Amino acid sequence: MDYLKCSLYEIRQMLENNEISSVELTKLCLDRINSTQNLNAIISTCEEQAIDAAKKCDQARKKGEKLGPLAGIPVVIKDNINLVGTKTTCASKFLENWISPFNATCAQKLIDAGAVIIGKANMDEFAMGSSTENSAFGVCRNPVNEDYVPGGSSGGSAATVASFQSFASLGTDTGGSIREPASFCGVVGLKPTYGRVSRFGVVAFASSLDQVGCFTRTVRDSAIMLNVLAGEDKKDMTSAKILVPDYEKSITGSVKGKKIGIAKQFFSDALNNEVRANIEKAIKLYEDNGAEIVDIDLPSLDTALAVYYIISSAEAASNLARFDGVKYGVRAKNFSDTVDLYFKSRTQGFGKEVKRRIMLGNYVLSSGYFDAFYRKAKKVQKIIRQEFETAFEKCDVIICPTTATVAFKLGEKCDDHLAMYLNDIYTVPVNIAGLPAISIPCGKVSNGLPVGMQLIAPHFKEETLFNFGDFYEKHAKEI
Amino acid sequence: MSDWKMVIGLEVHSELATNTKLFCSCRNKFGGEPNTNCCPVCTGMPGALPVLNKKAIEYAIKMGLAVGCTINNYSVFERKNYFYPDLSKAYQISQLEYPLCVGGGLEIEVEGKKKFINLDRIHVEEDAGKLIHDNTGTMIDYNRGGVPLIEIVSKPDISSAEEAVAYLEKLRETLLYVEVSDCKMQEGSIRFDVNLSLHKEGEPLGTRTEMKNLNSFRAVSRAIKYEAKRQAEVLNSGGKVIQETRRWDDEAGKTYSMRTKEDSQDYRYFPDPDLVPIETSDEYIDSIRKTLPKLPQERIIEYQKLGLTEQDAKLITTERKNADYFEAVVSLFNEPKFVCNWICSEIFKKLNSSEEIDTDIQVSAENLAKLLKLYKNNTINQAVARQLFDEMWKSDFDPEVAVNERGLAQMNDTTDLEKILQKIIEDNPKATAELKAGNQKTMAFFIGQTMKATAGKANPKLVGELLQKLIN
Repeated sequence: MDYLKCSLYEIRQMLENNEISSVELTKLCLDRINSTQNLNAIISTCEEQAIDAAKKCDQARKKGEKLGPLAGIPVVIKDNINLVGTKTTCASKFLENWISPFNATCAQKLIDAGAVIIGKANMDEFAMGSSTENSAFGVCRNPVNEDYVPGGSSGGSAATVASFQSFASLGTDTGGSIREPASFCGVVGLKPTYGRVSRFGVVAFASSLDQVGCFTRTVRDSAIMLNVLAGEDKKDMTSAKILVPDYEKSITGSVKGKKIGIAKQFFSDALNNEVRANIEKAIKLYEDNGAEIVDIDLPSLDTALAVYYIISSAEAASNLARFDGVKYGVRAKNFSDTVDLYFKSRTQGFGKEVKRRIMLGNYVLSSGYFDAFYRKAKKVQKIIRQEFETAFEKCDVIICPTTATVAFKLGEKCDDHLAMYLNDIYTVPVNIAGLPAISIPCGKVSNGLPVGMQLIAPHFKEETLFNFGDFYEKHAKEI
Repeated sequence: MSDWKMVIGLEVHSELATNTKLFCSCRNKFGGEPNTNCCPVCTGMPGALPVLNKKAIEYAIKMGLAVGCTINNYSVFERKNYFYPDLSKAYQISQLEYPLCVGGGLEIEVEGKKKFINLDRIHVEEDAGKLIHDNTGTMIDYNRGGVPLIEIVSKPDISSAEEAVAYLEKLRETLLYVEVSDCKMQEGSIRFDVNLSLHKEGEPLGTRTEMKNLNSFRAVSRAIKYEAKRQAEVLNSGGKVIQETRRWDDEAGKTYSMRTKEDSQDYRYFPDPDLVPIETSDEYIDSIRKTLPKLPQERIIEYQKLGLTEQDAKLITTERKNADYFEAVVSLFNEPKFVCNWICSEIFKKLNSSEEIDTDIQVSAENLAKLLKLYKNNTINQAVARQLFDEMWKSDFDPEVAVNERGLAQMNDTTDLEKILQKIIEDNPKATAELKAGNQKTMAFFIGQTMKATAGKANPKLVGELLQKLIN
């Protein structure tokens, strides 16, 4: 029995039936991380903590104690999520040796649910990037084909689940950082509604867009994870005071009578033909099973990328200002005064992409440019949000590709920043509007790389995503 | 100098006396060992998030209402971005475009002339930490970081150092009245920035300079006088005032250029995405309005109606605790003027002679009311009243019980007093002769002797009357 290839749902049953212990399973996962080190999906493992947690879980199970929904299951979290006793590097040299003094709420919820956190996943530095090539600790590779990028910024989180190192992982998604790597690696990636999952303890990139989500191998697993992660957190004022349903129960097995919105703007010429064909087949499947297709219009969609780079960079510039060499992280050795200390520490500690965003962000916030950039971007953001809300008056879910193409080769877009940024055109609008979306595997193209289909739902309607996603997953082989 | 008019605007930073800091649950208290009162939030650890302390908003609204501000139903925290080691996040959470309170103002009086000083706004922000310099280098103490502040910004309505001080005194008095700040200048819980420019009547405003972080009224007054003189000299000699921030050196009594407008910071304000807009309903604002105490201006009018002079009414309302005490005593013993006189003489004497800065009144309103009643209705004389008051200040007690137990009631029995006086007259023929001759000074001698013979209980007024009767 290859336990590692099981879904989270399946392995949970096996643990419950004592077919395997959590300690055994945890060791299998840690061994797998070791034997697949070439992927560079993990920045650091926390073996001792993990084995200890697994032991406690096994003992509790023996005693017949009531266990949490993730009891004994090995998971990985992105390295921008604080976990006491581990280094939280954000894949930056700046925080290379920074040890978390407190737990992020999402990490605490995993622990409370009984999960065994085995490691911290590689990522683009401070979550800025779409390929996990911007990591200070080396590029991460796509488990499907190691010559290709896993996507980013949560590339390590996608790769660990795709390569069977763990059963689920946490990522963060600011402009597509969960959905794009999920699509590239052929796993399920969920970006919940902004405010659904607490951001407390997650090192911020762009606070108004960041959202914690998860990678799993099935849609049902994703629902199980969100059941654990969702809910208001008194430590995060932007977390929503909205009741959390049982997401697993939202899977009904039927899409009959449901309306799928299709926006022409998502199917422009930029879309790769093979990807288009796969998505169209999926839509046909829904239609054949009683769903209705409606045309919707999102006329401002082409402005979303500009809005995204203005808002996210502005917030990033401010969020990353605290990395000044004074309190923690890199401090330059020789400096003449405090300004020199800031300058040298930041020059040494940050990578190129991070510096690029900080400069961009400070530019759009500076006096004389604020109105033309930041203020205007916030206005356009409202328009985009309204367009989605209008669209959802006509449909239950919007379907589009997650990315215009499948994964690209390592190094292919490193020098073409615009091409790299354009990679996010289908995912970014979702963050701009604060909506929930999921990327699910949707076949492969001729070179064997996976395609991702993106399902977008109205605010706090993650149930719709799970129901539609699970339906496709179960019926995909019929195509 | 004479034809230059000063145009002054003041910014007052006042720490709010909440239990906890503005965005975390650390205690809001002064001092302590460095970095013992801070947490991941107020030290700006990666991943930490601010959570608004609603009490701070309540306090800020309270102050806003006390000075007649309009309270905005919608206000926004913004980030003021700049690098400084005492600023843990490299931005200060403050307000810019949508402050909590706008407008309002207060009336001041200088040399009998009344003037209304308008406010621009009151907004809420967090304090920074403190740098500590010694010979080993510079260290940072984040204990003060994240303490809630309000910044009270006046319009440039102030025209002299005297007006500035009168305004600040009034503002401090109000802050203490509504009990939102302890205003301890020596602890830096209230600090002042001065913006000053000169112009000639009828001409456009001149270029202003800013003096930051002054920590006493005296410093504000001296800095204004110095800076006005300096600017006048520059202008009179045909020069131009440069827009800049100047540091006030209290020891030297001078201002020095710190940075000019050209190298001033661009704070790149934008709404803090970690916080949600503050929405305050009219109902909520009204509920705070209901908790407002009566303010001095209102009390002064009321007290004058009770028969106090304007001067006494002002004196007794300068501090809320005295005015509240006055009202409490009067509610038990309705002799306002009599009560006021006692407070302004006996109690203020005690408060002023105390070594501690913030001494409370040591005698309960109930007991003072009883004491004054005993005195007023001649049960005890003034000397006994003072004696008892002294003892009560040290350790409060019920004066009625003491008067009964210790037999301190005044001798109002004429036959007993006559007997005593008769004896004193017989024993002191020389003094008696002098008194008969009309030397009123000898009266004091007789009263003294009578007090001695009665252990201080004789009614001095009665003694005088009887004496006159006996010698004639």
